[in-house]
Amino acid sequence: MSMIKTYLGLLAPVLLLVLAGCASSSPEPEPQVEAPVVTEAVQEVVVEIEPIKPMVSGGRVIIPLDELDASAGSRTLAGVFYFDFDQAIVRRDGHAELDQHAMVLAGNSGLTVRLEGHADERGTREYNLALGERRANAVQSYLLSQGASRSQIEVVSYGEEKPAMSGHDQASWEKNRRVEIVYR
Amino acid sequence: MMLKALLMIVLVLAMTPAHSELQIEVTQGADDAVKIAVVPFDWRGRGALPEEIHEIVTADLRLSGRFETLPVSQMLSLPSEASEVYVRDWQLLDMEYVVIGSVREYGPDLAMTFELFDVFKGEVTLRQTVVGSDLDLRDLAHHASDAIYEQLTGIEGAFSTEILYITVTETPSGRVFRLNVADADGYRVRTVLQSREPILSGTWAPDGDRIAYVSFERDSRPAIYIHNIRDRTRQQVTDFRGLNGAPAFSPDGKKLAMVLSKDGNPEIYILSLEETPRRLRRVTRHYGIDTEPSWSADGESIIFTSNRGGQPQIYSMRLDDLEVERLTFEGDYNARAVLANNGQGLIMVHRRKGIFHISYLDLKRGFLRVLTETALDESPSIAPNDSSLIYATQVGGRGILAGVSIDGGVRFNLPATEGDVREPAWSPRKKKSFTPLEEDLKLTSEIE
Repeated sequence: MSMIKTYLGLLAPVLLLVLAGCASSSPEPEPQVEAPVVTEAVQEVVVEIEPIKPMVSGGRVIIPLDELDASAGSRTLAGVFYFDFDQAIVRRDGHAELDQHAMVLAGNSGLTVRLEGHADERGTREYNLALGERRANAVQSYLLSQGASRSQIEVVSYGEEKPAMSGHDQASWEKNRRVEIVYR
Repeated sequence: MMLKALLMIVLVLAMTPAHSELQIEVTQGADDAVKIAVVPFDWRGRGALPEEIHEIVTADLRLSGRFETLPVSQMLSLPSEASEVYVRDWQLLDMEYVVIGSVREYGPDLAMTFELFDVFKGEVTLRQTVVGSDLDLRDLAHHASDAIYEQLTGIEGAFSTEILYITVTETPSGRVFRLNVADADGYRVRTVLQSREPILSGTWAPDGDRIAYVSFERDSRPAIYIHNIRDRTRQQVTDFRGLNGAPAFSPDGKKLAMVLSKDGNPEIYILSLEETPRRLRRVTRHYGIDTEPSWSADGESIIFTSNRGGQPQIYSMRLDDLEVERLTFEGDYNARAVLANNGQGLIMVHRRKGIFHISYLDLKRGFLRVLTETALDESPSIAPNDSSLIYATQVGGRGILAGVSIDGGVRFNLPATEGDVREPAWSPRKKKSFTPLEEDLKLTSEIE
C-alpha cells in the first residue's frame, strides 16, 4: 500500500566536545591548574527520511501534511468542484484547493488525472455534454496555469448522464453541476 | 486513425426481449373525436390467432386521440363482412364508422381483409386484403390502422413505425443503460445495446434500418456508432479526443452530422459515409458551444444549437456557403430543434420563466406555440407524418415518454413499467409495408 520508504542512514559523525579551560583576568595570576582535557566521542544517529509523496487512493490524492514526518498525518484533497447554472467558470472558493492539486501534479510528473465534467439535468443532453466539457476544460486551464502539465490531464464530459444526486430539485442540481478530479 | 475506428464489429449482443413495455394512456383526446367501432375479426383457421386484430386496431385509433372507440361488450351485433352490417345497430350506438374484417389461411400465410363502413352513408368506403405470416399479425393490424386513419383524416398513419429510446435502471451494482426499439404502440420491445456506461442521442437513418448513437462503453469515453438493427451489425465511426456526440443522418443517409471537440471546442462536423476514405468537414467555427445539428429535408442546410449569442438559441446554416442565421428570439434557452418533415416549422426545447417546454415554431408565420406544460420536457421527436411528436418528461420523479399532437389537442403518456425512459426517436419509415392483394377491391374516397 504505502509507497513511503524509510531509509535508516547511519551517518555517524563524531562530535568532539572540547572543554576549554577558563582563563582568569586577574592580574595576579592564580596558579594555573591544568584542567584535564576531556575528549568524548558521541555517536549521533541521523535518520534520513525520503519525502513522503502524495498517494492515490480511490481516485483521490492523499497528500502528507509534513513530507518528512509520516506521523503528522495526511489529508485528502477535495475532488469535486461546483459550478453555477449554464456556467463554466471555476468558482473562487475552489481556487485554494485547486492550487493544491496543481502543486501535487507539478511536483509529481508520474501522476495523471481525469477531469470529469458534469451538468444538472436541466437543458438538453448534448448541450449539457458540451457544458460538462467546458467545465472540465476550465479546471484544466486553471491547473495548467498553476504548473500542471497537459500530458498529466485527460478531460471527459458525462453531461447529465451521471448525476451525483438523483433528486429533481435545486439542492440536487447544485451537487450535479460539477467537475470531479479523479487520479489514476 | 479513422480506419482503425471504422472496424466493422458484428454484435454479439443479442436483441433480447426486454421485460419492460410501454403502456400508452391518452390524457387528453381531441374535442371532435370520430366515433368508431372495431368489430372482432372473423377467423376460421386452425387454433386461435396469437393476436386479436380488432384490439390492436382499436388501441391504435383510440391512442391517436382522434377517435372514440366502442367496447365490444356494448356492440349489438358482430358482423364480419359488409353484407352482415345492420345499420340501425350502429345508429343506435351513435357510431359514425364501423371496421369489420376477417383473417383466413392463405397457403402457409394469413390473409387479412378489413372494411371501413360509413354508417351515415350506409356503405363501405375502404376495403383491403393484405397477406403476411402469423408473425406479422401485429404489423397487419397496424397496416389496417394506418389505412383507416388516412381514409378518415387525410393524413398518412404512423402506427406501423417504431420508436427508439433509452432506459436507465438503477440496480444494486450501479446504473444500467439500455437502447431499445419498440413498435409505436409500445409493444415488441427489443434491447439493441446494454451498457453500464451512458448511451445517448439515438437517432434513425432514413432507411429505418440503421441507427446512430453515442456510447461511453469503451474506456468510459464517448464514441459514435452506426448500428444496423435488422442484421445486427455495427461500426464505430468516431474515436476522437473530447466530445463525440449528437449524430444526425442527412436525408439521403449518405452523411452524418455530429459534434466533435477535437479541435478544442464543440463544433459541428459532417462525415461523408459513402466515400473511401470518409471525409470529415468542419462547418462551424466559433468559440461558443455549437451542437445538436438537424438537417433540412433537402439536405442543403442544417439547424443547430449555439450559445454564441450568450444563451443557447437555434441557428440555421446553409452548407454551401456556411452562412448562419439566427432563428429563435423568444425565450432564454432554445435547444435541440428538429425541423418538421414539411419544413414549415421546428420543434425544440424552449425555456420560459425557468420552465422547460417543448414548443413549435412556425417558420413561415413566425409564431411560437408552447406544446407541453410539464417542467423538464426534452428530446422531442416528430412523427413521420408530422401529426404529433413524442418527448421525454418527468412524472413523479421518473422519466417517462409522452406525446402531443402538433396542434396541442391530443396528449398521451407512455410510462414504462420500470426505470427512467428518455430520448425517444420516431422511426422515419414503416417497419413493414403490405401491398393490398386485389387492387380492384380497394374503394377510394372518390365516393365522397
